Amino acid sequence: MGKPINSEARATETRSMLLNVGPQHPAMHGIVRIIAELEGETVLGADVEIGYLHRAFEKMCEQGPYNNAIPYTDRLNYVSPLINNIGYCLAVERLMGLRTTERCQYIRVIMSEISRITDHLTCIGATAMELGAFTVFLYMIKAREFLYEIIESVTGARLTISYARVGGLKADLPEGFEERLRDAISRTRKVLKEVDGLLGANRIFIDRLKDVGIISREDALAYGITGPFLRSTGADYDVRKAQPYLVYDRIDFDVPVGEHGDNLDRYAVRMEEMAQSMRIIEQALKEMPAGPVLVDREEKVIPAAEMVDEAKIGHTQGFKAVGVEADPTLEGTGRPFHATVYAREKNVSLPAKEDAYGNIEGLMNHFKLVMHGHGMRPPRGEAYFPVEGANGELGFYVVSDGTERPYRVRVRPPCFPIMAALPKILTGDMVADIVPTFGSVNMIGGELDR
Amino acid sequence: MVIEAFVNHGEATVVVKKENVLVFAQGLKKDPALDFDMLIDLFGVDYLHWEDKADRFEVVYHLYSSRANHRLFIKVSVPESDAAVDTVTGVWPAADWYEREVWDMFGIVFRGHPNLKRILMYEEFRGHPLRKDYAYNQRQPLIGPRN
Repeated sequence: MGKPINSEARATETRSMLLNVGPQHPAMHGIVRIIAELEGETVLGADVEIGYLHRAFEKMCEQGPYNNAIPYTDRLNYVSPLINNIGYCLAVERLMGLRTTERCQYIRVIMSEISRITDHLTCIGATAMELGAFTVFLYMIKAREFLYEIIESVTGARLTISYARVGGLKADLPEGFEERLRDAISRTRKVLKEVDGLLGANRIFIDRLKDVGIISREDALAYGITGPFLRSTGADYDVRKAQPYLVYDRIDFDVPVGEHGDNLDRYAVRMEEMAQSMRIIEQALKEMPAGPVLVDREEKVIPAAEMVDEAKIGHTQGFKAVGVEADPTLEGTGRPFHATVYAREKNVSLPAKEDAYGNIEGLMNHFKLVMHGHGMRPPRGEAYFPVEGANGELGFYVVSDGTERPYRVRVRPPCFPIMAALPKILTGDMVADIVPTFGSVNMIGGELDR
Repeated sequence: MVIEAFVNHGEATVVVKKENVLVFAQGLKKDPALDFDMLIDLFGVDYLHWEDKADRFEVVYHLYSSRANHRLFIKVSVPESDAAVDTVTGVWPAADWYEREVWDMFGIVFRGHPNLKRILMYEEFRGHPLRKDYAYNQRQPLIGPRN
């Protein structure tokens, strides 16, 4: 017989446990790993590992001309891609000392705010779903669908939109845009009211969020956190107010701030921001300079492709007098629209499609901007432009060496500092609080890992 | 301490000597008139092919004051032979991850950093991808050649 086991000593021994959450965990939104150290159910500390979605965004931007980076920016924050597009273009425009047309600026504001709403809808919907409120998720995604349809009608795509161009926009707004947008907004308002009724006074929802995931104002500032996350702590920093860009200084809106810096305040701030975004859209729609009226052309109009064929066999006489009808998929890119949304700088702005297809000047202009070895050449130097992304300050720092390719593009990703502060926020909370706190960060892998 | 100060596209920029960056950062945070309480961004630039730059790298600190609403860019040039800067994690905790990213992407060491390891790439990754002499289509041993 061996020695008797000292069972008492074994029973009292306590050790902390390491719990690995993610990267393949449905609540981790795909691509983040949190290693939490637990004592019982309390989180003693956490380690956050990122980089699973690194796509070398900054490196790839250096490989092609300036406008080639725009599709990459779509994929930074894939819930509000329009803001990324516009932020990048604004940075390059600052580098070139360019000012876009008034109508273009209003359109950019409207599209940014639509994106902000879709982003917040997704964030709140996902957080609610992870807490068991599946209905809310479906409602929110339904509302997002109304807005996605609007985005689709303007840009031709729902997510990979590539709508902004350096010096302007791909195309003007389609016909009947205003009515459809107003309709979508009123329907979204209804959904938000409904959701607020489901969540706002819901005991379970409030208990799970209140006093959970708290960060103090000082800590949030020290970690460089911006956006709704910072504003939930009471600081009112919003790039749209602090350094107004586009036409935000002409628009009347409020910046909602929280008090406690907990998950519930972040929910409330996001809900209120959506209401403010709708206010901004409505004002912008009212103040936006009227769109151009399509002029009636008496001449025969021939499709662009047909004209190219004709030109190949030498039938070019009288071409200049004839208008070209751009392909229907290029709606809004025609000459009358072009002048209103593009800056009149031939060394930056792509020519109207009819010109590119229809006359030699337009073709050459197009060639000089898009062909290999050509393209816009900002002066040597660097420029930074911050915009208010859905998660906070989104900034692009572009360095030019005077060639057609950006020398360096640096993105200031809004959720990067929040993720850096996550271990601090999680420590002291319970295991079950990891999910709602992480949800309120609204981590977007695309911009976090780039 | 300051080598040069200018306004670049509307943003105040100062160039500081590498040795002084920590003292300078502490001063900027403590000075009540400047009050730079936020480190918005910190990143590197590799000026490998620029003849007019004496040193290869540049580390840029982007500061913001939430109360006074002003911004400042601090540039520090870092030679390739001594690619090391003092960490500012003690001044702004935000620097922790940003400095890890600069180390990961450019191979610039931050002296005194509590946990200087790769952040976006994996530990076995060879080289520093945002350096200009790292080809964008370079393959890595763990990934293997393109078949």
